[in-house]
Amino acid sequence: MSEYEKVLLKNVGKPNSRQLATYVEGGGYSGAKRALEQTPDDVIDVVKRANLRGRGGAGFPAGVKWSFLPKDREVTYLCVNADESEPPTFSNRVLMEEDPHQLLEGILIAGYATQATVAYLYMRAEFTEQYHIMQVALDEAYNAGYFGKNIQGSGYNLECYIHRGAGAYVCGEETGLIESLEGKRGWPRIKPPFPAIQGAFGKPTVVNNVETLANLPHIINRGADWFLGIGPEGSSGPKLFCISGAVKKPGCYEGAMDFSVRELIESDRFGGGMRNGLKVKAVMPGGISMGILTADELDMKMDFSDPAKYGLLGLGTASAIVIDDRTDIRKVLRNVARFFAHESCGQCTQCREGTSWMYKMTNRVERGLGRLQDIELLGEIPAKMGMMPGLSICGLSDGAAFAIRTIVEKFRSELEDYVRSENDDAVRIALEIAN
Amino acid sequence: MAWKAIDRVNAPTEESPSLSEPLKEKIRGFFDRYPTKRAVLIPALHMIQDDHGYVGWKAMEEVAELLEITPSDVFDTVSFYSHFWTHPKGEKVVMACRSISCDLLGADRVLDECKKVLGIGDHETTPDGKYSLMTEECLAACDHGPCLMINEKMHKCVDPANVRKILEDDANDKLDIPRSNLYDGANRTSA
Repeated sequence: MSEYEKVLLKNVGKPNSRQLATYVEGGGYSGAKRALEQTPDDVIDVVKRANLRGRGGAGFPAGVKWSFLPKDREVTYLCVNADESEPPTFSNRVLMEEDPHQLLEGILIAGYATQATVAYLYMRAEFTEQYHIMQVALDEAYNAGYFGKNIQGSGYNLECYIHRGAGAYVCGEETGLIESLEGKRGWPRIKPPFPAIQGAFGKPTVVNNVETLANLPHIINRGADWFLGIGPEGSSGPKLFCISGAVKKPGCYEGAMDFSVRELIESDRFGGGMRNGLKVKAVMPGGISMGILTADELDMKMDFSDPAKYGLLGLGTASAIVIDDRTDIRKVLRNVARFFAHESCGQCTQCREGTSWMYKMTNRVERGLGRLQDIELLGEIPAKMGMMPGLSICGLSDGAAFAIRTIVEKFRSELEDYVRSENDDAVRIALEIAN
Repeated sequence: MAWKAIDRVNAPTEESPSLSEPLKEKIRGFFDRYPTKRAVLIPALHMIQDDHGYVGWKAMEEVAELLEITPSDVFDTVSFYSHFWTHPKGEKVVMACRSISCDLLGADRVLDECKKVLGIGDHETTPDGKYSLMTEECLAACDHGPCLMINEKMHKCVDPANVRKILEDDANDKLDIPRSNLYDGANRTSA
């Protein structure tokens, strides 16, 4: 676990950390000023060299995403994805609540690099307090000349608006977000065309996550080599980790991507160990869509490449939920299945029907009315609904599939034991209902 | 949310409020933010809901006219998002988080207590029109579960034993932070 000077969360806990004056005093907006003195291509080059991988879940390099924009474009839109809905993730909330100007500076840098004319900050409807904080900060930034016309005398114009969602997980998918921005239902689009070619309002669009943009001021100020020097190759740079569940110190922490899940739980820098002497039963280390780890797999490194070795979809949002040994795994399974059944947008048949079937079955299993073939089917349905690339329009079904498949595979004997031990009860209840 | 079926036979027949001129003006004020008028729909629906308490049929028709789209386009959007109500809701909406972190920390007991204290179920409103109750997916405050949101105010680390106290407090939805005057959509402009 390497140590380095904290950057992303350095203003957390400072008095008046939301105000422009505090932010500027701590060296704020110097990165944006430095970027405005360079050409947009220079900025893209630095970000590409730093290999800043998207923090929203997919881990796609931000600089490469920007360079997909066509050269001869007239308008470019920048969409900032603050639709943080993946349980149990809350790093974007912390960033916006504690240091709104860091994000705004990141928006300005990304806007300049992509030569965007308008930036839309898409915030989920549940972020009410955060919305007021961001809007107040944005007004301050406008008044100080960091947004609007001729920013800091550079000749570059950027308008920034906050667009509030209205409660839909799928709007965190980039094309779903774009549809929602256009005033439609948040149905993800078939790709290609990718947003970089035809995105919001049919124009080239870049969609970046809040945490990705919060990294930009530091990359511009300290250089790509500083960024590459933090953490292992391929997973460089500072990263926020959320931890919740049965640990002593749940919260959002900053670190390099060079430690294991065990350290995330046990270390005093992060989770601080298990609460009330409980033991770890399972961990979902990257948000629920990425899948589950058993207590024997806690050596997984929290970086972009290691999760795949443990059968997970990826690092995701690096937000861990720690499940203790007193928790019934059926409850976890049912909760996860319910989430995806509720949030499936209904466009692709296998996702709409598959998630609902799985919810029905997990419900049955949790209520003690499960059958062994339910467990069988719960292992089989995910394999048919999202594992083939290109089968679904967006990644929601892959997330649902990984979450449920890994729980069923890794806790199969426990689930089967429950079903077997309760079969007698089930017969009795069924008879009672019938009579 | 997937498809939502509406009961056309028993569709609400009472007169729903129409858009006032100041509200229309406020919606028009958003036109220059987006290249198309349709993109103003979601901000407009937020403004209508803040003003009327819900998005009625008449408001849907009028906002369609204002944005030069069809009423069915408006309903298409309204029906997709869980935060828009097509029938009158309570003055305060209690949103109980039920996602994994809150669930493992006892969100079901908090929800049961809310149902008991208010005497209503999910998506129902108390007879005095004061409270509506709904469940929510992850409110992004998993480090402080179980969470309860009342209008704009988040209540963290809620103990089921304290639910009654929270719900009986008149100021349980007051959020005391500086606000921008650029868009007061979160504050009611009338009623």
